[in-house]
Amino acid sequence: MSKAARETGYEGRSHVAHYFDTALQQYETHKLGLWIFLVTEILMFGGLFCAYAIYRARHPEIFMYAHTLLDKNLGAINTIVLLFSSFTMAWSVRAAMLGQRKLLVGLLAVTLLCGFGFLGIKAIEYNHKWQHGLLWGERFDYAALQDHGGGHGEELIVDEHAEEVIHHEAEEHGDSHTAEGAEVMAELDHDAEVALAHGHAPEDIPRNLHIFFGIYFVMTGLHGVHVIAGMILIGWLLRRAIRGDFGTRNYTAVDLGGLYWHLVDLVWIFLFPLLYLIH
Amino acid sequence: MNTGATTTAPLAGHADDHHGGNYINCESGWKSWIFTLDHKRIGIMYLGAILFSFFLGGVFALLVRTELITPDRTIMSADDYNRMFTLHGAVMTFLFIIPGIPAALGNFILPLMLGAKDVALPRLNLASLHIYIIGAIMAVLSILLGGVDTGWTFYTPYSTTTNGAVIMVTMAVFVLGFSSIFTGLNFIVTVHKMRPAGMGWFRMPLMLWALYATAIIQVLATPVLAITVLLLVAERSLGIGIFDPALGGDPVLFQHFFWFYSHPAVYIMILPAMGIISELVAIYSRKAIFGYRAIAYSSIAIAIFSFLVWGHHMFVSGQSELATVIFSALTFSVSIPSAVKVFNWLSTMYKGSIKLETGMVYALAFIFLFGIGGLTGLFLATLATDVHLHDTYFIVAHFHYTMMGGTMIAFLAGIYHWWPKLFGRMYSQKWGNIGAVLVFVGFNATFFVQFIMGAKGMPRRYFNYPPEFEIYHQISTAGSYLLAVGLFVAAGVLIHSLIAGRKAPINPWGAATLEWQAASPPIHHNFDGPLVLTDPYDYSGLRWDEGEQGFVWKDRDKEPASS
Amino acid sequence: MQEPGQILDPNDTGSVLDEPHGGDLHPHPVPLWMLGGVFLALIGLTVLTVAVTYVDLGKFNLWIALIVATLKAGLVAEVFMHLMWDRPFHRVAFLSAAVFVMLFIGIALLDTGAYAPDVIQGYAPSIEQ
Repeated sequence: MSKAARETGYEGRSHVAHYFDTALQQYETHKLGLWIFLVTEILMFGGLFCAYAIYRARHPEIFMYAHTLLDKNLGAINTIVLLFSSFTMAWSVRAAMLGQRKLLVGLLAVTLLCGFGFLGIKAIEYNHKWQHGLLWGERFDYAALQDHGGGHGEELIVDEHAEEVIHHEAEEHGDSHTAEGAEVMAELDHDAEVALAHGHAPEDIPRNLHIFFGIYFVMTGLHGVHVIAGMILIGWLLRRAIRGDFGTRNYTAVDLGGLYWHLVDLVWIFLFPLLYLIH
Repeated sequence: MNTGATTTAPLAGHADDHHGGNYINCESGWKSWIFTLDHKRIGIMYLGAILFSFFLGGVFALLVRTELITPDRTIMSADDYNRMFTLHGAVMTFLFIIPGIPAALGNFILPLMLGAKDVALPRLNLASLHIYIIGAIMAVLSILLGGVDTGWTFYTPYSTTTNGAVIMVTMAVFVLGFSSIFTGLNFIVTVHKMRPAGMGWFRMPLMLWALYATAIIQVLATPVLAITVLLLVAERSLGIGIFDPALGGDPVLFQHFFWFYSHPAVYIMILPAMGIISELVAIYSRKAIFGYRAIAYSSIAIAIFSFLVWGHHMFVSGQSELATVIFSALTFSVSIPSAVKVFNWLSTMYKGSIKLETGMVYALAFIFLFGIGGLTGLFLATLATDVHLHDTYFIVAHFHYTMMGGTMIAFLAGIYHWWPKLFGRMYSQKWGNIGAVLVFVGFNATFFVQFIMGAKGMPRRYFNYPPEFEIYHQISTAGSYLLAVGLFVAAGVLIHSLIAGRKAPINPWGAATLEWQAASPPIHHNFDGPLVLTDPYDYSGLRWDEGEQGFVWKDRDKEPASS
Repeated sequence: MQEPGQILDPNDTGSVLDEPHGGDLHPHPVPLWMLGGVFLALIGLTVLTVAVTYVDLGKFNLWIALIVATLKAGLVAEVFMHLMWDRPFHRVAFLSAAVFVMLFIGIALLDTGAYAPDVIQGYAPSIEQ
């Protein structure tokens, strides 16, 4: 197929399989197939969003508290990176359709770089959590949280308005689900500002805080696996694009790869506010 | 009524083996099979694998039943017994019943029924087969790695804490899930994109509606199973804690996750079976199916409703009263579309000209056995009775009547019905029917008494039991041996046909769907010449040909183009 | 249901689709201004999402975040993923997936919401003699 593509330049034609009638039928069939596959991906991540929803609804104090230990800025940067990569990916599909080979190669390369960027930032975040014992299950280091405050760098990046939130929470959850929760919230006063900056008193930390991190790591982890898979796909498309496989009659693979990458972006669009921007 | 003849139709019908040019012998060598893209080859490889899994699961079942002959230890320890019923359930569910009809029969028949050359995504089809085999190997490996004793439902917290190869077997389930997803995906796309001009949705055979509805469930539900087992593995290996109460987790959440897939899964099992019955009942009554649209819509309704009732598996698990009541009410409603089908089948047979070919005998058995299975479901949907019946042998009997008396019987019906098309051989109808009767009697002997046991309080999955249940268990075990004999006879009939069966005509049963215009067995690319598309249940255009010993189309005398 | 039969040529599987351009592949590239515009809108909505977290609206914060996320997802799906110009069934499939996820979450929340207070507050129904 690539030989034909090289011979016909940008007008590379795709081979139509014998059980298809026309190139259009083949293209539409593959596209529908990929959309159904995306449906399965949505259902799979959906299960994780269900776990999230249940724990957040039943134990809001855990989520209110834990998200202060995530870096909102890194999360936002990652969001922008993925959105930009979605833009370049969509553009690359356009470029493939128009036979703009050089542009296509460039755009796919940028998209791939964005993927690396995303993973790099995630690696920084994961590393930070590992350092501070902010992990899942029994690995969660409550002691470290008390001593060091779980901050980024040497001092905790204080989420200033988070204190207001915690105060607000105290009022809202006066009769909260857990007696401890109520106490925790009610005891916070302006001294909490100091506590947040330099470490946490044991009674401030909601019980089972690690549940948040279990969910955080499984959700972002599975998402990360999909990012890697998408990057491998884009790498393969990039190689084929350099070879000149794609053109105005042969762009299906880029189109389908694009759809998959957009799904990865879609999942993050929901993950970001739900994990990083809990209010 | 006349079906409008043309002179170019290829349908005088006789088997075309003389060139040796069918899909089985057109290419040889193991590579031409393992790497084939031909849906027919993939279908029969699946058939072999699935029947082997059924055999394996059946062996486990016989061992379980044998252990239960006496109230105390008979042939194995309690731990081994737990592993044995777990394996029986897991193998039967994930390796036999769920893939069964779609993969083994659907793969072969669906493109032919559409007059197409293959499914829409043949490479995905092959991937689905390879993935199935990998999953099957992983499941068998788990036996060697210490086995699993959690029951096929893997409930937490036991599954997260017990020793054994839980991770291996749940990863096998994960892999097998993708095999199922890919099959479903393929069928959806094929039905959307590869229908011939003139076959609108409501001109499709009902088998295709059934496979399509099944595919919808496969695609929507199976991913949730995937994430469920992933979470279980994460819980076991990393200690995530979301199902562990000591870490603030919720074990009932696992059940929500598990049953969100596993209830729709039982409709993955039964919908294709119902599709087979819809086809067979019409053909063997020589009468158009009664209420085509009702049956078609009911298939889609079942697919959608199946997602709304999973909590009926959790009535006594700690689920809230609110959810319990809602699920109970919804469960009653899901029985309605199934009942619609049963009534339509009976109406089809009424004043029809019934032929008791082996396929029809199994189809009749299906209607009776599934009827019982479905009706006993109502006892279980009712909260007051379910509280007593849950986790007893009543449940075991209920799901065996629906899954085995339902799906397995329909699977056999389909195999017998399409066998001449698959392999180009006819079998002894007499021995086929004997096998069917043995299976029917053996099945009822095994499982009917379990309803009684269960209602009297015999719990399921129990190794020991009080002596008053002994007689029931012994009857059940005797029945299971008879059932096994019947199944061996059924298998033997078919194997014998491969060796010494008469060559099959193109249309032995007088069906009007497109697959019967292909040769028996079909050539590599299915059809070779124009087909005539008629109403799939209009049999008036066919007549019996004594020389052929099969049916031929009236007004079409030409040679089949496929010879 | 008893019309004359129709002839099919199996070499012409012929999908029931009407195929413009004789079945040849005719791409529809999305206009660049649209792609760029959507990208900017997405950035804007992201900024909005973050900004809203500085304003305390109680329960509504979560809903606003979800609505904005849904808007962003809609833009990505309709424009970047081409749903706006595709066959409607693609959108149906996509939305169905979302509906089933919401069904799952909804009923599970309903259930856990109704039992959790009993369990955590240690309430056990008294056993009647």
